[in-house]
Amino acid sequence: MLFRRLLTDDRGGRLFLAALGVVTVIVPIANLVMPPDSPLHVSTFTVALLGKFLCYALLAIALDLVWGYAGILSLGHGAFFALGGYAMGMHLMRQIGSRGVYGHPELPDFMVFLNWEKLPWYWHGFDMFWFAMLMVVLVPGALAFVFGWLAFRSRVKGVYFSIITQAMTYALMLAFFRNEMGFGGNNGLTDFKDLLGASLQAPSTRVALFVVSAIALAGGYLVCRYIVTSRLGRVLTAIRDSEDRARFVGFKVEHYKVWVFTVSAMLAGVAGALYVPQVGIINPNEFQPLNSIELVVWVAVGGRGTLYGAALGALAVNYAKSVLTVEFPDAWLFALGALFVIVTLLLPNGVYDAAAAIKRLLGRRLRHA
Amino acid sequence: MERRPARRPAADIGRHGVTFFRSRRRKGGRARLVTGFLAFLAFAHAALASPEFAETLERLGAAKSYEDRLLAARRLAESGHPNALAVLGDLLEGRLYTTRTDGRVVVAETAGEGYAIRDPATGEDLGRVGRRDVTRIGLNNQLRSSLRMLIAKLRLEDDNKSRRLAAIEEIGRSGDAEMIDVLAELAGREHDDKIKKAIETAIAVLRLDAEDAETRIAAIEAVSGNMSAHVRAKLTRLAGDDSLDAETREAAARALERIEAKAERYELLSTMFFGLSLGSVLVLAAIGLSVTFGIKGVINMAHGELIMLGAYTTYVVQQAFPSAIDYSLPIAIPAAFVVSGLVGIAIERGIVRFLYGRPLETLLATFGVSLILQQTVRTVFSPLNRSVTTPSWMSGSIEIVPGFALTLNRLYILAFSLVVFALLLLVLRYTRLGLEMRAVTQNRAMAKAMGIRSDRVDMLAFGLGAGIAGVAGVALSQLTNVGPNLGQAYIVDSFMVVVFGGVGNLWGTLVSGLGLGVVSKLLEPEVGAVLAKILVLVFLILFIQKRPSGLFPQKGRAAEG
Repeated sequence: MLFRRLLTDDRGGRLFLAALGVVTVIVPIANLVMPPDSPLHVSTFTVALLGKFLCYALLAIALDLVWGYAGILSLGHGAFFALGGYAMGMHLMRQIGSRGVYGHPELPDFMVFLNWEKLPWYWHGFDMFWFAMLMVVLVPGALAFVFGWLAFRSRVKGVYFSIITQAMTYALMLAFFRNEMGFGGNNGLTDFKDLLGASLQAPSTRVALFVVSAIALAGGYLVCRYIVTSRLGRVLTAIRDSEDRARFVGFKVEHYKVWVFTVSAMLAGVAGALYVPQVGIINPNEFQPLNSIELVVWVAVGGRGTLYGAALGALAVNYAKSVLTVEFPDAWLFALGALFVIVTLLLPNGVYDAAAAIKRLLGRRLRHA
Repeated sequence: MERRPARRPAADIGRHGVTFFRSRRRKGGRARLVTGFLAFLAFAHAALASPEFAETLERLGAAKSYEDRLLAARRLAESGHPNALAVLGDLLEGRLYTTRTDGRVVVAETAGEGYAIRDPATGEDLGRVGRRDVTRIGLNNQLRSSLRMLIAKLRLEDDNKSRRLAAIEEIGRSGDAEMIDVLAELAGREHDDKIKKAIETAIAVLRLDAEDAETRIAAIEAVSGNMSAHVRAKLTRLAGDDSLDAETREAAARALERIEAKAERYELLSTMFFGLSLGSVLVLAAIGLSVTFGIKGVINMAHGELIMLGAYTTYVVQQAFPSAIDYSLPIAIPAAFVVSGLVGIAIERGIVRFLYGRPLETLLATFGVSLILQQTVRTVFSPLNRSVTTPSWMSGSIEIVPGFALTLNRLYILAFSLVVFALLLLVLRYTRLGLEMRAVTQNRAMAKAMGIRSDRVDMLAFGLGAGIAGVAGVALSQLTNVGPNLGQAYIVDSFMVVVFGGVGNLWGTLVSGLGLGVVSKLLEPEVGAVLAKILVLVFLILFIQKRPSGLFPQKGRAAEG
């Protein structure tokens, strides 16, 4: 019943979920069952890379929810992603236990290195998995709630909101770079050993993380889809198209905005939490304003306002990035910059427009033929 | 009424006196000047080659005992010969020799295997001699200290005021109690207040080591406002010296406290100055942004890169004219304005024009441009920082009072930013472009109806804002490293300044820029640079909640929409 509502008018979404499902089945088999010399074998490195891309896709969907549907352009979504990542990283740090370089039973290496006597209060509880997972959603959610509440209540909107979110992630970056913050300074958190008793280096763990990421992506997609197809989603779209009218009609615009912003931040936090064990490190660079803004271009390329488009945009741009940065390291920023300009100038709806343009061209040719 | 006639004759006399002098000067003025000058030349030559001086030198060379040498040195010092000081210095440093063949006194400096020698009196080059051809005029410690005294006295008589001051200060530092009398005698003759004061300080500093406790304490009182490092060091030593009486130690401690308090005040002043300097940079970076922001609310994310282009223009100008570093900035400022301005116009024509009314898209597109510009600079120059030389007239610092100095480059940049700000204000107020810009900002439709080509105004305004960014880059190149990331470091801050001050409000930008600069520098010593930055950002974020349109919101029709 619910699924019918979510997916009836969503051919793209159905295709997207189906493709995701297929990949989620094939990749583990190709990695674990196929022998390494088989042409169908997928290396563990590729699995981790794909898992990383899936996390990015989830992050892109989270941003599309606020940007595409509520018209809130956040240039600080990378901060929520990184906060979720740090929460996960803290759990993984506590899991190291006495296996660190200094062999301290409780303190992570960097705290021993800084001559800290005991664990700071905010590190307590992260040794428990459930607590850490709770924090993965609660910390970004709480920040987004407070920030959004302050901002939307005083009707900060449009570019102003974009810029203060950028300032927010910038301030967080500076803060996390400080050793005194107790998050490992500029080295961040790394040297993770295992998660829930499974070694992070083992291929099976990698595959499991990949599958979990895929499930989270599908889940995130459905959650967002649920939101945008609900009555609430229509109100959000109304707010996006004309905030003042929505307010005059009697909707509490701020409440809707804060709510969707918080949900989006929580999804970003989940994406970050899944990302960290797969790349093995989290450091303050994740807070860089550039990261957040790159994320915006993923969504723009995929087409804002189509959730699966955002996910596909994230996958496409990141694939291009990983190819380009290896083949032509200098060209990547040119390409990214050009992408920003082209997408905003020519393709306001991303690949959607491109597809439509191609269809038009083909149609014309067919007619002429 | 009664006194008037009585005074008149006196005034008349005065007037006569003046005319009398004038007439005399008029008669023979030029002739006297010429003859005077010739006489001076003749005298100068005669003085250099004075037979008396040569004779004394000869006596110095011939002297067998240290006492005789001292006597000769004294006569040299008293001779008034312009080279006397140099000769005594050479003697003290052991550069004075006698030739073996004719016993002539020469100044010798090692040159290759042997010595290069010259005449001490005239400085005439006498060629080179072997190592064995000359004998050094020997000294003992007593003679050395007497020589030092002679030299110090001579230097105290120097006609140049700043050299005299330096000599006095040096004596104060030397701790040579014997010099007190010399200084005291000098103070009696000195007319310049500043130097008199310096002498008193030097005497007081020397008396700090006095045996007598009362003198010592009086001296401590006298130097208690002095900021020089050696006085502080000495007082610290006195305060901690257990062999001295308690009173002296207490007095020293009190004086130290006073000095510390003064130092703290100066510290605060210089923090304020650094804050203003930072603020002026922020203002420079932000006013260009404010101009582009003012038209249709365009957010130009490439603004930081336009600043960077300005800085690189300075670098290129310096590379092109390496011999004219001192003139590089006057060339670089217009060059940077043009370069960044043209790039800005290109951005406006090529991209921003199509996106008016869609601020979020403008933001993203200009961000893309900023990435492209950054990578271009990285490819063309290098990812590494380039070094821009500071012209000589901008380096160094000026001392306002002892212990409080302002660095010249920051001072210039502060002044420069104010000048740029004033120029921009004038452009907006008194030029046709400014008038049209204000009209378009206030009411575009009406301005168009009045025949203003709003399209062209948009372009030129964007170019103007971009050009100012370039000029800001020239200023920044004098303060920080010039690298591809230069713009990024300032972009968030300058946005904050614009938003804090109120969009499209130049005065607001000025106040908020300077204010933020000072506040962050004041916070820095308390909480550290990074935390200060975070606190300022948090404060701004909270401030925008409270007053979304900044410190000085626009009023009236312009505020609508």
